[in-house]
Amino acid sequence: MTTAHDPTIPPPRRLKPWNVFERRLARMGITGRMLVLAAPVLWLLVFFLVPLAVVFGISLATKQFGRPPYSALLSTEEGTVQLTLHLSNYIRLFTDNLYVAAYFSSIRIALISTIITLLIGYPMAYAIARVPDRWRNILLMLVILPFWTSFLLRVYALTGFMRGNGVINQFLGLFGIPPLVMMQTDFAVYVGIVYTYLPFMILPLYTNLVKLDGSLLEASADLGARPLRTFLTITLPLSLPGIVAGSMLVFIPAIGEFVIPSLLGGPETLMIGRVLWDEFFTSTNWPRAAAVAIAMLVVVVVPIMLLQRAQNAVVEK
Amino acid sequence: MRRGWFIPIVAALGFSFLYAPIISLVVFSFNENRLVTVWSGFSLKWYGELFSDPQMLGAAWLSLQIAAISASIALVLGTLAAIALVRFRRFRGRTLFSGMVSAPLVMPDVITGLSLLLLFVAMESVLGWPQGRGMLTIVIAHSTFCTAYVCVVVQSRLSDFDRSLEEAAMDLGASPLRTFFDITLPIIAPALVSGWLLGFTLSLDDLVIASFVSGPGSSTLPMVIFSKVRLGVSPDVNALATIIIGIVSLGVLTATIIQLRNRPRSSRA
Repeated sequence: MTTAHDPTIPPPRRLKPWNVFERRLARMGITGRMLVLAAPVLWLLVFFLVPLAVVFGISLATKQFGRPPYSALLSTEEGTVQLTLHLSNYIRLFTDNLYVAAYFSSIRIALISTIITLLIGYPMAYAIARVPDRWRNILLMLVILPFWTSFLLRVYALTGFMRGNGVINQFLGLFGIPPLVMMQTDFAVYVGIVYTYLPFMILPLYTNLVKLDGSLLEASADLGARPLRTFLTITLPLSLPGIVAGSMLVFIPAIGEFVIPSLLGGPETLMIGRVLWDEFFTSTNWPRAAAVAIAMLVVVVVPIMLLQRAQNAVVEK
Repeated sequence: MRRGWFIPIVAALGFSFLYAPIISLVVFSFNENRLVTVWSGFSLKWYGELFSDPQMLGAAWLSLQIAAISASIALVLGTLAAIALVRFRRFRGRTLFSGMVSAPLVMPDVITGLSLLLLFVAMESVLGWPQGRGMLTIVIAHSTFCTAYVCVVVQSRLSDFDRSLEEAAMDLGASPLRTFFDITLPIIAPALVSGWLLGFTLSLDDLVIASFVSGPGSSTLPMVIFSKVRLGVSPDVNALATIIIGIVSLGVLTATIIQLRNRPRSSRA
């Protein structure tokens, strides 16, 4: 071993354990990128994508007594593997009036609530985007606060508000107005959805409206356009991605809503999420519940794609 | 510019609509009367009842544990997913990946709950794991949807910040891993905090998914609340709601104040 050290030659760089590990991995064709991606990809494949496939599979089985309470799709009989698929669940979905009615009434309720939420949320988002900075932060905080508070408790708060002897009816009573029946009606469901999902509408609209260039509005006014015309020809088209994103964020979860119809709605308020719940917990017909889930998925898939496009449009700007 | 009256009035009505039910809930939690809506005097007795209800307390403790673990798992997974989506411009399966990350955000709860339950049952019969359902299965389910929320929050922070800082560190010889821990992590730390908190609250709040994937003896707080509320109004739920709303308001208020204090500095820099 030579001890003379030539100062012009730098000492060999000592590899840190990590670098050694990195090189070994690189030799095996594994890059840092793959390591970053591995955990989320595996997790989401196993716990998001595969479960949806399982739902589809089980929707093609039939109810059975035992554990698990559905028939096996694959069976081995005399050495051959047999695949047994049942379409009965889907046939039932299309022929039984209960399911068809629930399906359409969910879409109707979600659609109407989304429109009402948009009509209330748009002016609110617009106001927040236009007030002075100091106020804006306070108002934004007021929108975000309910978002962090329990959804279930907010729905519960509404029941205390709308029930027969609730706050609204006591208030109306002061003027001698007879109590209104609000609870256990479709009206209560609309109020519930608008109330709980309003922040989801306001936030994307606000993000969009706050970026709106004020000089465009001034230019339009200078050229003699009335405020309404300026709004219809400039503000509204430019805020379209925000409108789409907000509306989808309300519409999609509203379709499958369970808590709101079961706490605020009446027995005749049919919604597909509630039907699925009853099918699963009350009738314990898992394959039927799975078929209902697949049918629901078909309704929300297009809105989900619309949402993704709207979000990309907002991000890329 | 001429200011219309229409927008401020609608906005004011909108805000009162958002807050009136919450305020009435808080007020009536201090009501002595069992009939929640008839005021008969100030009392803290529902708070006493709440804290002496072992079922409620047990469920609350279980929910807090589940929320903390799920938020932490989601924090790691969501941050990794956000890094991949923002920093790796192109990779095979990117569209599928970004779809898988953001779909749980809007997926109706009943579908998520049912699909995970069916997965767990199928896995148990094929692999023998997970044995039965309970806290573990709820944690897995919650981590999955919280990952999506963490990812969105971290993603927006990552795409905002100045990449030249990272490039400078790399030019000075820092490895990608070191750059991540010394530069990237401190910069995205606020997003990580809000992502974790968001995951924590969402997990604490979930009723539907937990109902599907929980087992006997593992009722979370929302499940206990729901079974009480379903039967009618119960004043101790008002008390609980008031406590939760108090904690949340304090948290959001602090966060807003910190954010406002920091803003002028960061915009000058």
